[in-house]
Amino acid sequence: MSLVELLFGLLGVVAVGSALLVVTTRQMVHAALWLVVCLGSVAGCYLLLSAEFVALVQVLIYVGAVVVLLLFGLMLTRAPIGVSTDLDAPRGQRLVAAVVALGLAGVILVTSVDAFRGERIDLGDDRVGGSTAAAGEAIFRGWVLPFEVLSVLLLAALVGAIVLSRRDIGPDLERMTTRRDPPGAPPRDRLDSDR
Amino acid sequence: MPVLMPVVLAGLLFCIGVYGVLARRNAILVLMSVELMLNAVNINLVAFDVWLRDELLAGQVLTLFVITIAAAEVGIGLAVVLLVFRNRATSQLDELTELSEDREPLLHDHPPNFGADHAVAVAGEEGAPEPRGTS
Repeated sequence: MSLVELLFGLLGVVAVGSALLVVTTRQMVHAALWLVVCLGSVAGCYLLLSAEFVALVQVLIYVGAVVVLLLFGLMLTRAPIGVSTDLDAPRGQRLVAAVVALGLAGVILVTSVDAFRGERIDLGDDRVGGSTAAAGEAIFRGWVLPFEVLSVLLLAALVGAIVLSRRDIGPDLERMTTRRDPPGAPPRDRLDSDR
Repeated sequence: MPVLMPVVLAGLLFCIGVYGVLARRNAILVLMSVELMLNAVNINLVAFDVWLRDELLAGQVLTLFVITIAAAEVGIGLAVVLLVFRNRATSQLDELTELSEDREPLLHDHPPNFGADHAVAVAGEEGAPEPRGTS
């Protein structure tokens, strides 16, 4: 077992352990911080797979932006700081979820072991495939049209988030969430009301 | 490095994400679990790209696209969660049962005649519905 495989195994154990803590911890802020550990070790896995540009983007966007966004969300929904007991579903639903997850894990592991046993990734020293120069060349030569479409998508998501978040623009929520019918009037959305 | 190492890691992370989506009640924790699942898929993409030595780097470029779309998804998702919190003062998913069928009627809602309602709507083809005593 080479050094790369050893490091990959260690990072994988860290990633799986911190992911388990993300889905089982009873403190919401701790879940976000364990998510940082998990995403950071996944970035390390990308580095070991010689995809350095993807690793840097992972650290920048996931650890830098997404987790901060999630922490903002926790803050704005007044998430309880400290141990809270109402983060998990009831015991029966958790049991079903565990059964589903374990069954899915069994299917995925059996099929992938059956399919990829004995295959090896050649991480030679001559590889330049994941370097920033190669990734930039691939994006701006072969994939430039999806890249531009993606920028439009990001702009649309940005505008949508702003429209959803601001109070003074967007749909009239007062009118949408409260019915204006007087008490004796027939309901509006019945099938037989417009016959 | 065996191909199995990244593939098994991705499978385990994906299943942990599935458990989190199914077993958590809080909307933001569910979003975190969705991030775990997206990361599992990204590991697979990078691993197969490196294994197959793709000339166009399709796997890594698609990973970058997935990361971008995940960022957009978290932004929109958190905006929706904040809007729900502002209107309902909760971010627990199992309290948002407005769209379920057999719920308790709201106070200012029409009276509970769910079973008879459909029959009246069908019978209304022939004539006007008869007034019912209970509603």
